[in-house]
Order: sequence, then C-alpha cells, then structure tokens
Amino acid sequence: MEKEFTTTSPDETIARGKEFVASLEAGEVVCLQGDLGAGKTHFVKGMAEGLGIESDDVSSPTFTLINEYDGDKLLYHFDCYRMESPREALEIGAEEYFYGDGVTVIEWPERIEPLIPPEAIWISIEAPDKNTRKFVIRKREP
Amino acid sequence: MNILGIESSCDETAAAVYTPDGLQSNIIASQAIHEQYGGVVPELASRAHHKTIWHTVQQALNEGSITLSDIDAVAVTQGPGLMGSLLVGICFAKGLCLSRNIPLVGVNHMDAHIYANFIDDQPEYPLVSLTVSGGHTQLVHVTAPFEHELLGQTRDDAAGEAFDKIGKILGLPYPAGPVIDERSEHGDPSFHDFPQAMLDNDFEFSFSGLKTSVKYFLEDQDNREEFLKNHLDDICASVSHAITEVLVKKLRNAIEHTGVKTVALAGGVSANSMLRRKAEKLAENTGCNLHIPKLAYCTDNAAMIAITGSMMTQQKLYADMDMKPFANLKALERMNVQR
Repeated sequence: MEKEFTTTSPDETIARGKEFVASLEAGEVVCLQGDLGAGKTHFVKGMAEGLGIESDDVSSPTFTLINEYDGDKLLYHFDCYRMESPREALEIGAEEYFYGDGVTVIEWPERIEPLIPPEAIWISIEAPDKNTRKFVIRKREP
Repeated sequence: MNILGIESSCDETAAAVYTPDGLQSNIIASQAIHEQYGGVVPELASRAHHKTIWHTVQQALNEGSITLSDIDAVAVTQGPGLMGSLLVGICFAKGLCLSRNIPLVGVNHMDAHIYANFIDDQPEYPLVSLTVSGGHTQLVHVTAPFEHELLGQTRDDAAGEAFDKIGKILGLPYPAGPVIDERSEHGDPSFHDFPQAMLDNDFEFSFSGLKTSVKYFLEDQDNREEFLKNHLDDICASVSHAITEVLVKKLRNAIEHTGVKTVALAGGVSANSMLRRKAEKLAENTGCNLHIPKLAYCTDNAAMIAITGSMMTQQKLYADMDMKPFANLKALERMNVQR
C-alpha cells in the first residue's frame, strides 16, 4: 500500500499527522524519514493530538532518545539521531516498546533498521522548497 | 548525613558522595572504566549502565574515602529519563538500601540541575532558574527548597539540541555546542538576523524554526560551500545571538514577573560564553545575584543528585521501596495524584 500527499505549512503537517493516527492501533510502529527540518516532530505533534495528548507536551527526544506520552493510547516517540548502532537501541530496551501496548513513532529509523518490525509503516518526508513537504506513506500488505 | 548519589537517567552512569563537609567525590562511568582498563574501551557503550554502575559507585566511595557502612542514605534519579536506564540505577540503589538497612531518596533530575547551584554556593530564595541543556530548556520559579513552579519550557527542540543540529547543518562535529561557542567569539552576531521565536509568549521556547531558517539561509546563497567557508564564524555568532537573546529575554520576563533577586543558570548550555555574558549583564541591570555552577555540575552528573538528596533528607523526603521511575514530568504528576 502506498499513499502520497503534500503539505504547505507546519499547521497542515500537524493536521495530517492527526488524521493519520486515527487509523492506528496499539502496537503499531511508524518510521519517519526526512532531513533535519523536514517536519518530523511537527507530524508527531499531530499524531499526539489525535491520541488526545496536548501537542505542546511533544518535544524533540534527540537527547533523551525516547519520550513517552499518555493519551487515549500511549505514544512512544523515539529519536535515533544520536544512536550509532542497533545495539544501543537494544540496550535501552527498544524492543519492549515496539511490541508493547502503545503506538511507537521513530525519527531517524535507518540508524536501527534491523530492529524495526517488518510490519512497520514507513513515512518519508521530502522538502522540495522552503514551505512544501511531500509525504509518502508505505505499508506492507499483510 | 553521608549521602551516596546515583545518576543513570540517560547517557551517563554516575555516582557521587556528599557529606556534611561537602562534596567528597563525583565520578562518571567513562572515567571509572578507563581507569580500570587503562585507556578507552570503545566497545563498552556509555549507556550500558548495568555493566558500569558497580565500578562507578565503588570509585565514588574510594575517592570519597568512605566505606559503604558509613553511608546513611542513597539518593537516586527517579526521572525524567529513559525507563530502562532509570531502572538500573533505581534497582541498584534499592538493593544497597535493603542490604544496609538505610533509607532511599528519589531525586527529580530537573530539580537536581537547579540544586547543583548549591554545591559551591548558597543562593538565596526565592530564585528563578534557567535550565538549559541538550535535552531540556525550562524556566522554573523556586520559592523555597522543593517549592517549584514551572514557568515555561520548550515546545520542540531544547537549546542545546538547537546548537548541535545547526552545527550539523554547518558541517561541524557532534556535539557542536562548544565549537559554535568558540567560533562565535570571532564572528559578528549581527551578520544575519536569524528569527527569535515565540517572543510574543512570556516564558515558552521554540528552537526548531531557527534550524530550518539556517538551512534555507545557506541554500539561498549562490555558492553555499564558499559562503560557509568565508562566513562560518559570523554565522555561528548570529545563531548564538538568536538563541541566547531568546533565553535571556524570557529570563528577564521571569525576573520581572516573579520579582526575584536571585537568578541561577543550570544545565550544560550554561557554559556558553555569550549566554553567560548576557546573563551577567541582565543580572547587573535588574540588581539580581547570578549563580552558575561549575561545568562538571552542569552536565549530567551525580554530584547534583547527591546534594539534592542531602537537602531532601533534611526535609524527611524519603521514598518507599516500591518507588517507580517516571519518564517525564507529566507521568510524575499522575503518580502524585494517584497517591
């Protein structure tokens, strides 16, 4: 399955994240790929809003590696930017989250790719210009 | 009371000893491991707290010239942080407390950053603390020990993270904060006017837009590489200016709002030269006393956990043996409501 859409502002990215999360169930893993400033954290803010979490509570977990937010469902927000190997993710218990009781969203997933469940949803974000963001959502058919 | 402090909330495993005579030792795991194996041991990941915690605690006791039987309480970071990492420290601390029959103290890592100011100094209450690190950016009003009001925090990137990520865009090595700081000293802060976000809000911060703005500022140049080469110091200075201006303006708002006469900086970014200068000037202009801890007490460390633990024992703020870690401050609030 593949789906594409384009946004033209951070607010629209947040709205799309909110819309997207409605289709997810606990235990699902979402991988967000995109450059620095692509809007990954904004998309996660939208996902959080959709789960009944205040989007202001969502901040970048680059240093803290994982943020947890509690809404209608739990949201685990990973940022693997600082991780150099999948082993580092294992050491902090990453797999406990992937197969846990919440929705997991991962920024910079390519750093820990071998650990990511095969049924994960992959979203790539590209920035053709300053305001436009192109999203491609891919999910393997069951 | 003689306190053993243990910190394992994120990257560092650390231990420290604090007694009525002051701080006796302050050890970070990497040091302990290097000493034991004589050199750098790269395969020992910094976050492998379970492998390093015992050596780190042992070294803290040795350097503090104290034995475990003379420790009266164990203070450990309860959160915020990574649940797995926090659990290692907490379980280890509980084990020590149970075997020695001594009390346990659960320390909030964010509080500890503030009380790091009390290791070498005696700031007066009430005070406002600006806690700025790679993971956090917070303005806190402290009216008395452990009486805190969170005035505002970042809505996206932390200030230290903004330095590091902009450094990456500029092609600087990670962590880029110290490099940008040094280059800024040789550059022109008014070279380019980068946006200072959220000035319409009194105490909240946002730094993710600045990152994007730097990226597109460079892309707009005819020859990005050449431009970057010729103006790196100026860009670093302009970025530092944008970040520190916002921090200091909000700090001024907090001083005016609360009417405090004491200001404290905390967290690793408090080492930033431009921030220090601006904070010093602000303190002078507002008639405040400014406190900044030594750098070793600003980055994640156990000395700040030990002193905070010591202050908590004075108020009889002990934890039960069923104490659980908390990942973030919201989770702590929920835990307190349930009690």
